Amino acid sequence: MTRTQESPSASLDMAERGADRVYGTLYSYTTVQEPPVGFVGQAPYQLALVGLDDGRLVTAQLTDVDGEIAMGERVEMVTRKLTTDGERGMIVYGYKFRPLIK
Amino acid sequence: MTVSIVGCGMTDVGEHWSRGIGELAEEAGRLALEDAGLAQVEALYIGNAYGATFNQQTQLGPLIAHQLGLGGIEAYTCEAGDASGGVALRSGWLAVAAGAVRSALVLGVEKSTDTVGPARATARAVSLDADYETVNGATMTAMAGLLMRRYMHENQVELHQFEGFSVNAHRNGARNSLAMYRNQLRAGAFAKAPMLAEPVSLFDSAPDADGAAAVVLVAEDMASDLVPRPITVCGSAVATACLTLQERREPLRLDAVQASAALALAQAGLEMDDIDVFELHDAYTILTTLALEAMGLSEAGAGWRWAAEGGARIARDGDKPISTFGGLKSRGNPSGATGLYQAVEASLQLRGEAGENQVLGAKHAITQSVGGLGATVATHVLSASGD
Repeated sequence: MTRTQESPSASLDMAERGADRVYGTLYSYTTVQEPPVGFVGQAPYQLALVGLDDGRLVTAQLTDVDGEIAMGERVEMVTRKLTTDGERGMIVYGYKFRPLIK
Repeated sequence: MTVSIVGCGMTDVGEHWSRGIGELAEEAGRLALEDAGLAQVEALYIGNAYGATFNQQTQLGPLIAHQLGLGGIEAYTCEAGDASGGVALRSGWLAVAAGAVRSALVLGVEKSTDTVGPARATARAVSLDADYETVNGATMTAMAGLLMRRYMHENQVELHQFEGFSVNAHRNGARNSLAMYRNQLRAGAFAKAPMLAEPVSLFDSAPDADGAAAVVLVAEDMASDLVPRPITVCGSAVATACLTLQERREPLRLDAVQASAALALAQAGLEMDDIDVFELHDAYTILTTLALEAMGLSEAGAGWRWAAEGGARIARDGDKPISTFGGLKSRGNPSGATGLYQAVEASLQLRGEAGENQVLGAKHAITQSVGGLGATVATHVLSASGD
């Protein structure tokens, strides 16, 4: 399959349209202690590989994490601010994942 | 046309704040040319990963050719992230093997440490996928952390069980006068080190460094007139995998390591058992682990076992000596130059000129240069002449 067909953008588009919720499980996660430019204010933050329910993996930050997280935890896609682009302050939005409310 | 290495040179690895990228390259290049007894080569191939982002400098070809007084020869940069040095060696090999040039200088150089903090993380992250990884705040170390945690989860491996890879690297680096960190790693310290991207810690991740290393390649029929012990490059291969981890069918399998190692060995007519020295891309212990598995030296999920007992089996006098001059972890990781440090170190081993780091009776060596988390992999097989 081509990259476009395999990419998570289809799921993202669905989430943006509000057509459906996108769920997945934590394939892996880490905490970024040495952030790149544009992410300094958020550090330390959690980055994850999420296995979407349709079988694809996606790289994204975790958000709204309250307490411990674990491998295999259920998460859902949400739209969040990723970073602020440059001094003019253009806000870049994208997808993050949050644990399902138990 | 068979290709021989007839000259080697390298600078010490560390923080070279007082010297520019051209000056570092000049030192390594001059040492390699002097070692070969040559004043001129027909072409210059440069391994450099982050000149554009660390140094705001491209066109290293003309810059370094001029610095070395090589006139207007063919000279350009080969880029493949941290595999830049390995692909530069491949390019030099192709040119000489094809008969397009009779002699070439292959030179890796990186000047990382003028850029610090978040700017350095950003500068290095250009070798990840911009649209799917770095846009989300990913760094190279964070992606290694994701891979390592998954590996530990799937195979029930604990953090301290990777320690032997770093202990071995520092044990060897302590004897290398050019290494960046010559300290030994105390047993038990690894799992307590400060985390960079859990489970990847300061004692797991190789340090960014400045340095330059170079080899002179010539057609084999020229080699024996130049030096007493030319080294034969008898296998050369580059393979690629998906740039992102998320698009790989099995993220814990480094397909490009498998493919490039198999191609290079087949070309050399050798088996993995014939190899005496391994210079692998130990930027993170998880990369060493997965490379050992992909090359068939372990079953999937068992590569970490090579680290057992302080890395006794990968020590200079073990079954499979790895990182014999300290590897990226202790010698240091001048990104685009590491592939050439490996080539120089392996050549010294095969010449019997490795001093305190000598692996006794070494006849064949593998050098492996990895870009990103296994996206580009260059594997070379080097052999002592007359074997």
